[in-house]
Amino acid sequence: MAYSEKLVDHYENPRNVGSFDKGDDSVGTGLVGAPACGDVMKLQIKVSPEGLIEDAKFKTFGCGSAIASSSLVTEWVKGKSLDEAATIKNTDIAQHLALPPVKIHCSVLAEDAIKAAIADYKAKHGQS
Amino acid sequence: MADGNSDQIGGEVRPNIQLPIYLDYQATTPLDPRVLDAMMPYFTGKFGNPHSRSHSYGWDAEEAVEAAREQVAKLINADPREIIFTSGATESNNLAIKGAALFNKDRRNEIVTVVTEHKCVLDTCRHLEQEGFKVTYLPVKQNGLIDLDELRAAVTDKTVLVSVMAVNNEIGVIQPIAEIAKIAHEKGALFHTDCAQAVGKIPLDVGAMGIDLMSISGHKIYGPKGIGALYVRRKPRVRLVAQMNGGGQERGMRSGTLSPALCVGIGEACRIAREEMAAEAVRLDALAHRFYDKVKAKLPDVFLNGDETQRIPGNLNLSFAYVEGESLIMGIKDLAVSSGSACTSASLEPSYVLRALGVEEELAHTSIRFGFGRFTTEAEIDYAAETIIGRVSKLREMSPLWEMVQEGIDIKSIQWADH
Ligand SMILES: Cc1ncc(COP(=O)(O)O)c(C=O)c1O
Repeated sequence: MAYSEKLVDHYENPRNVGSFDKGDDSVGTGLVGAPACGDVMKLQIKVSPEGLIEDAKFKTFGCGSAIASSSLVTEWVKGKSLDEAATIKNTDIAQHLALPPVKIHCSVLAEDAIKAAIADYKAKHGQS
Repeated sequence: MADGNSDQIGGEVRPNIQLPIYLDYQATTPLDPRVLDAMMPYFTGKFGNPHSRSHSYGWDAEEAVEAAREQVAKLINADPREIIFTSGATESNNLAIKGAALFNKDRRNEIVTVVTEHKCVLDTCRHLEQEGFKVTYLPVKQNGLIDLDELRAAVTDKTVLVSVMAVNNEIGVIQPIAEIAKIAHEKGALFHTDCAQAVGKIPLDVGAMGIDLMSISGHKIYGPKGIGALYVRRKPRVRLVAQMNGGGQERGMRSGTLSPALCVGIGEACRIAREEMAAEAVRLDALAHRFYDKVKAKLPDVFLNGDETQRIPGNLNLSFAYVEGESLIMGIKDLAVSSGSACTSASLEPSYVLRALGVEEELAHTSIRFGFGRFTTEAEIDYAAETIIGRVSKLREMSPLWEMVQEGIDIKSIQWADH
């Protein structure tokens, strides 16, 4: 399968690989997917007192498209407010990386991961 | 942190390594240059039809074909008159299994084979099932070998043929051929063995091992593609129904004009194998151990598929836990290897051989077959080991599953979402 240059670049040089302390109040964690399905994404956001995402990290078990999708969204969410980050669409991810049709689910998972991380942060702070 | 090792590999100067490194010797082997030299005259000046009886063009070609037949026979301790040239092991397997089954169908109508056989054996057996034969597909143990007691229970006095491969193409394990032959013969059944991956790798003796029919392939032993052979025992005589009708060449068992160049090629390949097999096995064993030891020293949770000791030295089928198969394949483009899973467009389908061994689905997805052979060098082995170590480390560094395992979390205890 031929992958786009952008996708291969994110696979070869993934951005923001790593973890924050899950227990930290300023951190929201999203863990989505399942090992049996071949993809698990962990996406974490670190939110400033002003409510902006100042940093993001990910770890992904999955194919090259899944790794690239999660790497890309960690770049996209940085500097955004929670509401802005929540508007990132899987179709934008798929388009940016030129994902082949059989890999669209990877972008869906990345969108789910952001939403889950935001929800986790909000739950910690009594918002919904 | 995440990107480390693989970059170092790329940056180092590595003389004499041609990328990608060919590590797929079970799929096919390069032609040995000595084999090509022997073949060339029969593509050009010596173009005769070996079946022409009235002039020297034909006689020369025939002489070359018969000399080649003798070389093939010698390698397995057979008589040259017991060697039938075919187009490859696929055809040999078809001719042996269909030929023997159909010849004896009025007396015996059962066949016993194994789930891990090559597709061309399994598909031939499926075909015979449609023709009314009853086929038993024996399971294998976790090490890839059959249980001889199960075989004994499966063979009856209605069994016409037992077909078990000597060496498995995916995992390299060696079945106990002589014992299997004995069990078949106790019930009066014939014994066929697909030796495409065994010939030239392990010593084979049709007499001592009790083999009635043996399939051989040219391109797995540094010979040309498009030729193979079938050994057919003469004493006591094994009779087959021909699958190709025509001019009656090859003792009526396989009509069609032989290609002298290809025959010379497989003959020369067998000659070289006979002379060099013992030394080559020692060298390959050292290379395989070097590779395996390097990988095991740097990577935990690597699993060897198939028996540890009952195996040919040129094959290592390894599974790498906590990384995903497709991302691993994507990261080792410098290595021409075969992945245990056939990567279809939408999903990874784990190999039926690994499934038969009971390898877990997730591990089967990350299994890679490393095949070493005559032209594999130590430098290539080292590069390959560093490549796989670098990529697996990098992917694990990136894997949330690996992180959980390091934190002592049992992944199976987590309630994962369905999707
Ligand atoms: C065990 C086994 N049997 C049969 C074959 C088919 O051989 P050929 O390509 O000569 O038809 C192969 C090769 O793929 C093999 O590995």
